[in-house]
Amino acid sequence: MMKTRYGYRPSRRRFLAGVGATAAAGLTLPKFGWAAEEPKLNFYNWDTYIGETTLDDFKKASGIEVKMDLFADNDELFAKLKEGNPGYDLIVPTNDYVERMISEDMLVEIDHSKISNLANIEDVFMKAVFDPGRRYSLPYMWGTIGIGYRKSALANPPTSWRSLYDSDEFSGRIALLADSGVVIGIGLKYLGYSFNDADPAHIKEVEALLIRQKGHIKTFAEDNGQDLLASGEVDLTMEWNGDILQVMDEDDDIGYSVPEEGGLLWEDTLAIPTGAPHPENAHRFIDYILDAQVGASIAEFIYYATPNKAAKQYLPADYLENPAIFPPPETVEKSETAIYLGEERQRLIDEAWTRINAA
Amino acid sequence: MHRSTSFWTFFLPPSLWLALFFLAPLALVFGFSFAEKRGLIDIVITGTLDNYLRALDPLYLRIFVKSFWFAGLTTLICLIMAFPIALIIAFSSAKWKPILLLLVILPFWTNLLIRTYALIAVLRTRGYVNFSAEWLWEKANAGLNLLGLGDYQLLGERFVPFELLYNNTAVVFGLVYVHLPFMVLPLYAALDRMDRSYIEASLDLGAGQLRTFFSVVMPLALPGIISGIIITFIPALGSFLTPDLLGGTDSQMIANVIERQFKSANDWPFGAALSFILMYITFFALAVRALADKGNRGSGSTPA
Repeated sequence: MMKTRYGYRPSRRRFLAGVGATAAAGLTLPKFGWAAEEPKLNFYNWDTYIGETTLDDFKKASGIEVKMDLFADNDELFAKLKEGNPGYDLIVPTNDYVERMISEDMLVEIDHSKISNLANIEDVFMKAVFDPGRRYSLPYMWGTIGIGYRKSALANPPTSWRSLYDSDEFSGRIALLADSGVVIGIGLKYLGYSFNDADPAHIKEVEALLIRQKGHIKTFAEDNGQDLLASGEVDLTMEWNGDILQVMDEDDDIGYSVPEEGGLLWEDTLAIPTGAPHPENAHRFIDYILDAQVGASIAEFIYYATPNKAAKQYLPADYLENPAIFPPPETVEKSETAIYLGEERQRLIDEAWTRINAA
Repeated sequence: MHRSTSFWTFFLPPSLWLALFFLAPLALVFGFSFAEKRGLIDIVITGTLDNYLRALDPLYLRIFVKSFWFAGLTTLICLIMAFPIALIIAFSSAKWKPILLLLVILPFWTNLLIRTYALIAVLRTRGYVNFSAEWLWEKANAGLNLLGLGDYQLLGERFVPFELLYNNTAVVFGLVYVHLPFMVLPLYAALDRMDRSYIEASLDLGAGQLRTFFSVVMPLALPGIISGIIITFIPALGSFLTPDLLGGTDSQMIANVIERQFKSANDWPFGAALSFILMYITFFALAVRALADKGNRGSGSTPA
């Protein structure tokens, strides 16, 4: 039996060169506790997803130097770690990938006794379906997928996914995400099913719906829907709220709303991958991030919704009352989190997506 | 003894390099193409042909055909555009030659992704092409107003920007832009080596410019044309970034499907099979070319 877990190191050559032999040695060091760990931490994070001075402040507070590498999406993160951890101590996977990684023993348990700021987290996040008891992950930021739109081009803000999925009203002025799981999942929601519906007949319905609608859709955007919106290429785009927020900051004519059917709720988490060379340092950094003031400074800088209830007292009203950060509770109520539903569904979704693109 | 030592000092490093970073990964992917997925991560090489059979589904065959069509069209346009460019460079003075060649190679100094984004900024609705067109439209309209024809709105009520992005034309445009140097360089090499006296003889003997071009220059440049076609067509066939960024909702090429198998679909065996089908086709084309070469040399019709 041949497995894909080989001894060779995957392609993060640049990273390995930077960290050097120390990380490689760290991999094989037995765990002696804090004292044995060199003051280093290899953090694998999304781009522009940490406070401006968080890493420096942490170094001042703890003496631990954080080296941050960036990944572009969860697929990249997953692909990089599935061949064996190349030396990362702390990663930021999204909820459904946390689930996958738990099932493949790619994460180590977080020792809650070492996280003194655990009580700062809002209760609802401690009851996550994708990680019961939050044994493997703690919440970092959360948000939604909704519709970013140009206010002046629309009479009213969009209230339904119909504008994107089932209407020629905005023909040629629409972009959807180039993410098969999200586009088909939201399609399922629009048709009244669950985002996580696995019934092939229902997925087929979404496929037919999108093939019908395709002529009105300008493009499936590679995570640059906000640029298409900002440059006037499209007037409506399905996007992550954080991306739209960034362009809202520069352009008052851009708005964001989560349609009445509800959107996709996502949660990015802090997790420690199996084989992490510095797990103790990772615990300390997680605890540091969950501190009320640190959490507030990160949230204010990157402008995503924080799950840290203690941080809110340090945050300004325009952040707390921004509907693109915190959508109305009834919309959040109807939104769903993506659950990993097995390889069979994954294949159904990919084949449907291939057919939609080929049609 | 001495000879064999120096042989190994010279050939061991490149052989090791080739074996380690080219043959080994390739063999791995080849193995995956006969493998089955077990759960999320484990892949078991069982010798199954299921991945190849799945690739024969009309759905994927149509995408293969479409990719061939995109790559073929790209190659043809590159050939038509590159020939005059290569001719100009080959026939320019020794002073200009390196400058012109540099201009052809220059784009390679910038990353493909950045060049593609630059192309987006040029072609998009509020891009430089449309800005220029709008400016011309306004000037033309002002001119018509001056002539007293302003009320007829001959040029339309307002400027309608060209839809230059997010369609198949944009993909082919982008592919031509990226691959043009691959065609220019081998053509230039062939034309530069050409014995100019053949052209003079042809012209002296009464053949016109066109006749000389098609009957003398083209056949002499044939090896360059064939190399150019091969090294343009093969990378164009495997493009995924250009259709991703410049294409619309129906611009999917086979490499986009392959990329997804290694990422969101997480089906490495199927992705490996699709990649190797592309490889088989490429090898087949190269073999045909080699055979044709042999045939030519055997008949002795074109001595080198």
